[in-house]
Amino acid sequence: MPDIEQPQPNGPAAVRKLLWVMAAIAALLGGLLYLGLEKSGAEKTAPVAGALPFGGPFELTRADGTALTDASLAGRPYAIFFGFTRCPDVCPTTLARLALLRKKLGADGHKFDIVFVSVDPERDRPNDIGAYADMFGTPIIAATGTDAQLARIRKGFGVYVKKVPIDAAKPDGDYTMDHTAGIFLMDGQGRLSSIIDYHEADATALDKLRMLVR
Amino acid sequence: MQFRFLIPITGLGLAMLAAPLVAQDAAKGNISISDPWTRETAASQTVGGGFMTIRNNGQSADRLLSIASSQAAEVQIHTMRVEAGVMKMRQVQGGIAIPAGKAVTLKPGATHIMFIGLKKPFKPGDMIPATLRFERAGSVKVRFAVQAIGTTSAAEAHHAGH
Repeated sequence: MPDIEQPQPNGPAAVRKLLWVMAAIAALLGGLLYLGLEKSGAEKTAPVAGALPFGGPFELTRADGTALTDASLAGRPYAIFFGFTRCPDVCPTTLARLALLRKKLGADGHKFDIVFVSVDPERDRPNDIGAYADMFGTPIIAATGTDAQLARIRKGFGVYVKKVPIDAAKPDGDYTMDHTAGIFLMDGQGRLSSIIDYHEADATALDKLRMLVR
Repeated sequence: MQFRFLIPITGLGLAMLAAPLVAQDAAKGNISISDPWTRETAASQTVGGGFMTIRNNGQSADRLLSIASSQAAEVQIHTMRVEAGVMKMRQVQGGIAIPAGKAVTLKPGATHIMFIGLKKPFKPGDMIPATLRFERAGSVKVRFAVQAIGTTSAAEAHHAGH
């Protein structure tokens, strides 16, 4: 350090002051150097944890045959739920719940889209899911895709799906599907805002939806 | 045994005369069924859930063994749970116990019945006939009222039906 060659001021108080100033300058330089390294390193590696990719990119087919992608949903928050039309309980309960929550939010209820993805392309054709989604009395974007497209979106959202025969004695017979029952809330930039759990109280779910459209 | 059955039957008979009975409620022996309901189904749906409250007014445990309906190829009893965020539905083997003096409610998000292989889609306002077979009470005929798909509880179904 060049400062060390400077003539020393008078008295111990002045010396201490000078040492503090030097320490502060060293800390500042060190900090700047560290930030510089950090920045150049970050450019070459993955983004920071808060911005880890979740959800997209994905591409599915809507009930009307047009494409539904993370890009086509961008700009508006959305609540996305994965299920299948033959699901007799959790799917209608959840979609009915979303329709009700939307109603309770009043004007805010129309500031987000509701997306229903069928993870059962073997049985759910796009027009099947459209007819199903239309029964809930509120606009719902229904979509499905090929096995590969669904595998991709499931991976993006961390959605678990497993086919289970209804009758264990008939493994090739009718089946149901174990599947993730949470509702993922995605903001207008396609980032995860929150998840509504199946068991959660409506008041909590409403707070989360208000936060989503804020 | 036979004598024990007589009193509740008489009691229920009087209750039927005294109070306006909801059309779909049913009773036999010590077993009474209230609010049997199901949801409307989309054209592509081949299955539907069924819900109701089964009350055992007697002093001996009974058991719902099986269910049959002319509107479905098969009717099964299923459990439904959401575990670690994942919905799991499984067939119940051996029926459901209906303890003496207790009521068991089959409802969304819990144990329910499943109409499998629907003959035609369920439409709101339709009544779906079914026969419940109990170990002690024998066969009880019920009619499941088809409610809007957005119905999530018997209370809502009840309101919608009136």
